[in-house]
Amino acid sequence: MIVVNGLRKRFGSQTALDGMTFSVEPGQVTGFVGPNGAGKSTTMRVILGLDAPDAGTALVGGRPYRSLSRPLCHLGSLLDAGALQPGRTARNHLLWLAHSQGLPGRRVDEVLERAGLQGVARRAAGGFSLGMRQRLGIAAALLGDPPALMLDEPFNGMDPEGIIWMRRHLRGLAAEGRAVLVSSHLMSELQDTADHVVVAGRGRVIADTNIAALLESAGAGRVTLRADAASIDAAAGVLTAAGAVVTRADARTLAITGLAAEAVVSLLTSHAVPFAEVSSHRATLEEAYLELTRDAVEFRAASSPSSSEVTR
Amino acid sequence: MSAYARLVHAEWTKFRTVRGWVIGMLVAAAVIVGFGLFPGMEGTCRGANVCGLPVGPEGQEVTDVFTFVHRPLTGDGTITARVASMTGARPDLTDSGTGDVAGVVPWAKAGLIVKDGTRPGSAYAAVMLTGAHGVRLQHNYVHDLAGSTTSAATPRWLRLTRAGDRVTALESADGVSWTGIGTVRLTGLPATAEVGLFVTSPQFTKVINASSASGAPSKATAGFDQITTTGGWPAGTWTVATGGDPDAVGGPGAPGGPGDPDVGNRGPAGGSRPNGAEETGGGFTVTGSGDIAPAVAGAAGLGTSISQTLVGTFAGLVLVVVIGAMMMTGEYRRGLIRTSLTAAPRRMTALAAKATVLGGVAFGIGLAAAAVVIMFGPDILRGNGIYVHHVSLATEVRVVAGTGALLAVAAVLALAFGVLLRRGTVAVTVAIVATVLPYLLSMTVLPIAAGEWLLRLTPAAAFAVQQSTPRYAQVDGLYTPSNGFFPLTPSEGFGVLLAWAVAGLAFAAYRFRRRDV
Repeated sequence: MIVVNGLRKRFGSQTALDGMTFSVEPGQVTGFVGPNGAGKSTTMRVILGLDAPDAGTALVGGRPYRSLSRPLCHLGSLLDAGALQPGRTARNHLLWLAHSQGLPGRRVDEVLERAGLQGVARRAAGGFSLGMRQRLGIAAALLGDPPALMLDEPFNGMDPEGIIWMRRHLRGLAAEGRAVLVSSHLMSELQDTADHVVVAGRGRVIADTNIAALLESAGAGRVTLRADAASIDAAAGVLTAAGAVVTRADARTLAITGLAAEAVVSLLTSHAVPFAEVSSHRATLEEAYLELTRDAVEFRAASSPSSSEVTR
Repeated sequence: MSAYARLVHAEWTKFRTVRGWVIGMLVAAAVIVGFGLFPGMEGTCRGANVCGLPVGPEGQEVTDVFTFVHRPLTGDGTITARVASMTGARPDLTDSGTGDVAGVVPWAKAGLIVKDGTRPGSAYAAVMLTGAHGVRLQHNYVHDLAGSTTSAATPRWLRLTRAGDRVTALESADGVSWTGIGTVRLTGLPATAEVGLFVTSPQFTKVINASSASGAPSKATAGFDQITTTGGWPAGTWTVATGGDPDAVGGPGAPGGPGDPDVGNRGPAGGSRPNGAEETGGGFTVTGSGDIAPAVAGAAGLGTSISQTLVGTFAGLVLVVVIGAMMMTGEYRRGLIRTSLTAAPRRMTALAAKATVLGGVAFGIGLAAAAVVIMFGPDILRGNGIYVHHVSLATEVRVVAGTGALLAVAAVLALAFGVLLRRGTVAVTVAIVATVLPYLLSMTVLPIAAGEWLLRLTPAAAFAVQQSTPRYAQVDGLYTPSNGFFPLTPSEGFGVLLAWAVAGLAFAAYRFRRRDV
């Protein structure tokens, strides 16, 4: 639906885009992730014809955005939810957008309802909270019932309830068969939303993969075994014999790679080696992302890995 | 529906849904109407003092005040006379001056005239020696033909011949060799016309600055001799009619002008002779004051023009220009420009649609306000005792439509400034400095020549669309902007604004098309 090919753009001495290439497929949510300054917003502005690239192309449904006669019927977008004339009501904001595409006022009421804004439709948008503005932006993006949607940092500044609403909404739009591109500088925001992720850094694509494959590549899994000092050597022997790589972390702890936690448990049980706890550290999306962007980041946000444990 | 039509619809929706802009436009109209319907001007033409100007054979309001030494001429005939001397006096209008200054004013006239009776405003043809414009053949107030450039100090022979409805003028230095000046046609001149000698001398005016002037009547005296007549002259004597005489030529004096405190009207120049004529050996010495010419509106002339009612246009223009610039800069300030261009990625079409809506609204506002003002404003001025010159319906339509077009094109120019400069305060300032400020300066504090250059070169030149009365080369009026006279014609002045707007919009479009937003 959206195909970006070899985009290059410089702002003075700063290289914003350096061969950005990816495509967004229908029926799924594609996350567009990268640290601040990776070129996500610039790429989106180029797709919308707002910025002109120095080289490369960006096509929407096979055509440059600027050539579209009713562009909002091809690609709905939300760049900056705060870009509103404060005195204009929500409904009137959508109404002029509808008129620009030759859409009837009825369509405005439909998207207002879909975004849950019927109650505030006739209030001046200047008084809206950020969450309400994001909803209004979503409503505007949906006006032309487009097969593709593109949202820049839609979770920014939203409260937890809004984030849940947004996630559900994005999943629903993809389920309707639309191509949805969502940018974020926090991978964790996309954890339960994106099917596919395009990771950008320094103006180009670092990884372009589906979420499941990414998680698999990033962490085949590390298992920690805790046992009594008396049985720890026996455990190490059994696991090494089964092909695992075992490292002694301390007197009562082993770090194991090459065997899943379930396999460790069944091996030790069948050899009657007692143990206190087996825990499996599954790689999070965030960890996978940090690993991918280690070399590419210009600015790294602090993050902590999370773990899920299998305890016996 | 074409993309352009859809975007015009969208821009209209955008405009009408910002209350500040709609109110601003309505206030602009209200301000123009307010200045027009509540003028702070009072005049003296009220109560028993009925004002009126005679109307010439071609429809213009005219001045027809002069000293006339005449006899009836039936059928064809010729009169010849020598203007042997011409002197004059005008008031001293310097700050310290009190008395008179000797000298003939440039358009003082002494000569021969054929006239359809002595009714003010009747048809005539006259050959004359003037104070500083040589010999002229003039007829029916608005037509002026130059003869030789003889000075008023040089005696000159003049001859006027009537043949049917044609009048031919000749001049001579010695009464022997004659030079033709021209022949004019006075349609409908009756068989018997009043023919004879005349002297008149117009109001003397001195410009003080752009908005004030001082003026007073002047006087001229001419010695005529060598008077001969041939043709159908019945026996009889010469009759003398003086401009000031209620029963004679010119009627009840000059109608009251607007009581403009900036125009100091002093008493008439006294001089040694009262207006009138004195028979001398073989001739006449004639003294006169007044003019035979089209009446010119303004401080130096009589009354005012309908343009006066539209003085509020500048204030309306300020608002329209501010809204025009902010319709663009507001989008930049809030980032709404990206939303707009996402909905309308063809930027030229988007800009054209915005200019169309803005220009259309401004035109409508200006048209409606000016129509109301022109419909009622002049009568309100007249009710306040101010004489207002009549203009044709075509002129009224041009003034009204021109005011709308002035607001529309100036607003579009402001929009172009908005595109180019992007910041509201900067764009608004530049737009006001370009369109309104030159007008205000030339109306008030600037020397007249400097003000006129501003009104030739800047977008404010388009205020010329509001000029409603013409200037005449043969009348020394106060043809200044503050008296409703602009240095360019309405179409030239509007053309200057249009050129600015086209150039501004083209440059804005060029930048807008390429720029990242």
